[in-house]
Amino acid sequence: MNALERFGQSTIDFLEYAGGVTQLGIDAFRDIFRLRVRVAETISQSALLGVQSVSIVLLTSLFTGMVISLESAIQAVQFGVGNLVGGAVAYGAFRELGPMLAAVVVAGRVGSAIAAELGSMVVTEQIEALRSMGVSPANFLVVPRLLSLLIMMPLLTIFADVISISGGAWIANIYAHISYSSFITSMRQTVGFEDFAKGLLKAVVFGMIIALIGSYQGLGTRGGAAGVGRSTTSAVVIAIILIFIANFSLSYVLFGSR
Amino acid sequence: MASIYAALDDVSLRFGERIVLENCSLDIVKDAITCIIGMSGAGKSTILRLLDGLIVPNSGHVYLNERDLCHTSERELNVLRRKVSLAFQFAAMLDSLTIGDNVALPLREHTDLHEPQIRKIAEDALESVGLQNVYHQLPNQLSGGMLKRAGFARAIVTRPELILYDEPTTGLDPIVSHLITNTIVDLRKKFGGTAIVISHDLHSIYRMADYVAMLFEGAIIAYGPVEEIRRSENPIVQQFLHGSEVGPIPL
Ligand SMILES: Nc1ncnc2c1ncn2[C@@H]1O[C@H](COP(=O)(O)OP(=O)(O)OP(=O)(O)O)[C@@H](O)[C@H]1O
Ligand SMILES: [Mg+2]
Repeated sequence: MNALERFGQSTIDFLEYAGGVTQLGIDAFRDIFRLRVRVAETISQSALLGVQSVSIVLLTSLFTGMVISLESAIQAVQFGVGNLVGGAVAYGAFRELGPMLAAVVVAGRVGSAIAAELGSMVVTEQIEALRSMGVSPANFLVVPRLLSLLIMMPLLTIFADVISISGGAWIANIYAHISYSSFITSMRQTVGFEDFAKGLLKAVVFGMIIALIGSYQGLGTRGGAAGVGRSTTSAVVIAIILIFIANFSLSYVLFGSR
Repeated sequence: MASIYAALDDVSLRFGERIVLENCSLDIVKDAITCIIGMSGAGKSTILRLLDGLIVPNSGHVYLNERDLCHTSERELNVLRRKVSLAFQFAAMLDSLTIGDNVALPLREHTDLHEPQIRKIAEDALESVGLQNVYHQLPNQLSGGMLKRAGFARAIVTRPELILYDEPTTGLDPIVSHLITNTIVDLRKKFGGTAIVISHDLHSIYRMADYVAMLFEGAIIAYGPVEEIRRSENPIVQQFLHGSEVGPIPL
């Protein structure tokens, strides 16, 4: 194959992939809007993915909030602007860190689990069995997972926000002797509800990416156990790349005008 | 002239380089049991997948009840599939659901029956294949043969117009095999309907089949009423039915 053909082929593959994911998304959202949702399954999926990822989200965001505070607080105090640290930490947490940390953890933990589960259902013919019973795999499997991520991602992001800010406040207090009240005052002055809400909107978009990529990779699995492994890895890699791209685009659109 | 419920018309299908079916045609007579025989890997399971619209051929047409499945959307197929069911060769039970929920699934999805009725029908279906006390078990708690029977129960539970059985007796002990064969025959007697059975089990074929089709090298090389096929002078059919190593079938 010459370079041009390879380029053509990868373009076609990319478009096919994008089209496939979009189609799956359209099918799933159509069911959601028509309320053709399996409530029990959605609740149990939400509980499962919450349990799977909450502790990792808490740990990663605690340490990230702490490290940001550590880096910024001492410097800020040296420059005499210690009263701005709370704002800086909260600003970063609400707009970027909370949603991103939650998304990356959930992509690794839940996106991979979705791809692995659906992938193994493909190789053991369970997906064909569903179709042969006249049941749409998108409705039966993808909708509950998508919906539960749409619900749980903002929740996990709230946890991540709270914990990273608390960790930041604690470190600022210990190392830079910035009082909790000055930390909070600075936070109040810098960030508003809008920042928080926009962060949650990001989280919803990331949840959608994780669910759709995980499902699409899983359902597209070919070739036995090795294929399941490949789908799982690609689900995580692709979802994380898309999350970073989406994060930039969303920041640009949501916060860019200010 | 018997009416035709389903048909393959000049179907060719390949997976990558491997040509599985080539200009293959087959008519499935309505309200009869047709057995498909053929060597392992010949493409028998593939034919059932085609008839259920799970895969589409590279060329040719697949008809179900006069609908061309190649020009039917997945959404419409899902409606058609309520009248067709496939008992998979390896059961293909959903492993996140209990056996009972698996068997009840088609009823929950496509009927308005109440839970107690569904439960009763599902339990009866399981019982008809000799499975008791498995309703609340998960698929990974059952043996291969038990799963296969549960898969059979799931396929018959909605009394579909067409049932596709993929090797329903393979790997089962002779007594259970006998029970399964009887169940296929009884169902047809009691509720009518069309069935296609893939089988290597000559005893059970002779007991249940109205028609037999033999698949060889991508096409149906012999088709007819069971007695005719038994007496067929086609050397390939003879070799297959006698299981002999010498003959035209390359090993
Ligand atoms: N998804 C697939 N991808 C690639 N090749 C496939 C696929 N499915 C089936 N095949 C090939 O198609 C051929 C026919 O397969 P099929 O499962 O229909 O055989 P079969 O007649 O049912 O055999 P058996 O009696 O062993 O079950 C085989 O050679 C198999 O390798
Ligand atoms: Mg087979």
